[in-house]
Amino acid sequence: MADKTFPLNAWYAAAWSHEIEHALAARKICGKDLVLYRTEAGEVAALENACWHRLLPLSLGWLKGDNVVCGYHGLEFNANGRCTHMTAQKTINPSAAVQSYPVIERHRLVWVWPGDPAQADPAKMPDFHWNDGTEYVGEGGTYYSLQCDYRLIVDNLMDLTHETYVHAGSIGDENITETPFDVTHTDRTATVTRWMKGIEPPPFWKKNLGKPGLVDRWQIINFQAPSTICGDVGVAPVGTGAPEGDRSQGVHGCFLAAITPETETSCHYFWNFVRTFKTDDEDLTRAINKAHVNPEGTGLYDQDAFVLQEQQKVIDNNPRMPFYNLNIDAGALWARRLIDRMISDESANLAPLPGEAAE
Amino acid sequence: MDAKTFWQRARVRSIRDLTADIRLFELEPAQRFIAPAPGGHIDVTVQIDGRPVVRSYSVVGPCNDGVYRIAVKLLPDSRGGSSYMWSLQEGAKLTISEPGNHFELFRGRPDYVLIAGGIGITPIYSMALALSTAGARFRVLYACRDAADLAFADDLRGLPGTNLETFVASEDQRLSIPDAITSLAPDGEMYVCGPIGMLEDARSAWAASERPIERLRFETFGNSGRYPSVSFTVKLPLLERTVEVAKNQTILEALEAAGIEAMYDCRRGECGLCALDILEADGVIDHRDVFFSEDEKAQGHKLCACVSRMAGGSVSVDTGERR
Repeated sequence: MADKTFPLNAWYAAAWSHEIEHALAARKICGKDLVLYRTEAGEVAALENACWHRLLPLSLGWLKGDNVVCGYHGLEFNANGRCTHMTAQKTINPSAAVQSYPVIERHRLVWVWPGDPAQADPAKMPDFHWNDGTEYVGEGGTYYSLQCDYRLIVDNLMDLTHETYVHAGSIGDENITETPFDVTHTDRTATVTRWMKGIEPPPFWKKNLGKPGLVDRWQIINFQAPSTICGDVGVAPVGTGAPEGDRSQGVHGCFLAAITPETETSCHYFWNFVRTFKTDDEDLTRAINKAHVNPEGTGLYDQDAFVLQEQQKVIDNNPRMPFYNLNIDAGALWARRLIDRMISDESANLAPLPGEAAE
Repeated sequence: MDAKTFWQRARVRSIRDLTADIRLFELEPAQRFIAPAPGGHIDVTVQIDGRPVVRSYSVVGPCNDGVYRIAVKLLPDSRGGSSYMWSLQEGAKLTISEPGNHFELFRGRPDYVLIAGGIGITPIYSMALALSTAGARFRVLYACRDAADLAFADDLRGLPGTNLETFVASEDQRLSIPDAITSLAPDGEMYVCGPIGMLEDARSAWAASERPIERLRFETFGNSGRYPSVSFTVKLPLLERTVEVAKNQTILEALEAAGIEAMYDCRRGECGLCALDILEADGVIDHRDVFFSEDEKAQGHKLCACVSRMAGGSVSVDTGERR
């Protein structure tokens, strides 16, 4: 349907909180160039990264207090984007301003709203509390400018049968492809639930469960439109009631994804894997991080990133080629439908008018 | 800067008189509608003396139904744009631009005071609608010559959360901008749209309050002065030329018509690019720009050719052209 691939009226992760200091940081979000910085009071500002005057990126300038000074002619803009100094004149052109973007700092991330500021509702923030570092523990990372449409990552995480093939030799497991799954959805979420009952636990879970015998293993993947995912995964000894809701004998964690379109064919992928077991074990935290992404490129997400970018290359060269869908794509298709709905809702304002034809 | 502006044809769907000299036009775009933001405007191509000239009009209200609304005050002293608009009948065709915005409303402030003078109500009305919808705290102060001029006042009174005060000059009601600033919360913002005298009062009162300069936002219409518009003479001694400026013409337009090149950009008295050096002024200079400071205007060394004029008499200027 829609030509657009992402809605603008949504909160998107733009940076990890610790990455934004009292210094200028450039980010492209949903095709918009932004400059982010932290004010002296500790608030994060997000401005259009182009001087009002001659469009030099403001990120090439510097901070003077909480004002950004353009590195070309010294125009200054405050944290709201208003021009506060105009070189060589005693007044300020009243229309001089750069766009400022609404920001929320939450769950250890900085989120921006690239769409209509009037609609920037904090209540529309995705739930990402697993990333807070309180109840759950884990250290993730970011693939900045990953060269694929962000929806390819949504597809990837909403269908874990790929683990059997992409991650063969580590977490890949025939049980995943052999076990049916349920898909549920609301107007803003889609959830894929898979219970693998009475199976031999894979090595990672066997070690962390620390108990012998068969397990019930679950993967409950929750998508929040447009692009955050929390995958609740874990195991419990078979017959201890986990499928019925008693996970007290088991262990579990969550894979987290906040995926931000950079352009229509690239994205920033903020990822984490957090857990509620062995939360004081910093070596385990580091090991899990390294198992996902590492300099050698052998991590689980390194394997995914390779696949996703290769996919995008083919899509770019075959723009009319449709995707064919399989039963396993039900979760991803629900996610895409929710995304498309957000896009069409916000383009309703721009609908062409009935009326006379162009002359 | 307007290289990418999208222009299209539009049809005058309806015309309605709001007051004796303010007329509301509904313009139905032929191709596409882009929702305007509060404080935004569209450019309209009007015909003046048979030539197409662009005029900007604030969009009235959010136009959720895909039709642009503009309100045009018929100005006897005008440069001709308003009389052209008033000559139109329903069904007439115009060329219009997509919405732009030089007077953007900043969201989320703790308090606002919106001040309108006369037809300056048009962007202020749109802002009040948006703030009312957002549940923001705001006041509207609306000054007019006569009670019969108060277009949109009844609509504003009906808005939830609106605190509207009107000031009718003919009834000796005076708007005090310093008082308006005093009652504004410390982090609040003031938005002013009105004639140049009102803007100058607002700027000096704001400066006196020592509030941050960027929290005063204003827009003018580029054709209001302290004196009536009359014809006068511009002398260009270095070019050995003399140009008459008609009462419905700007200096810039008169120079262009005479084939004398001058630099400009905004054509509404903001950017300062059209400033001319004054060699000698025989008469009172009616500064109508917001580019120069009060001190600079008082010195009278320069004027903005796109909006400022002489209240009669003549002025000798240097356009910078050398033969």
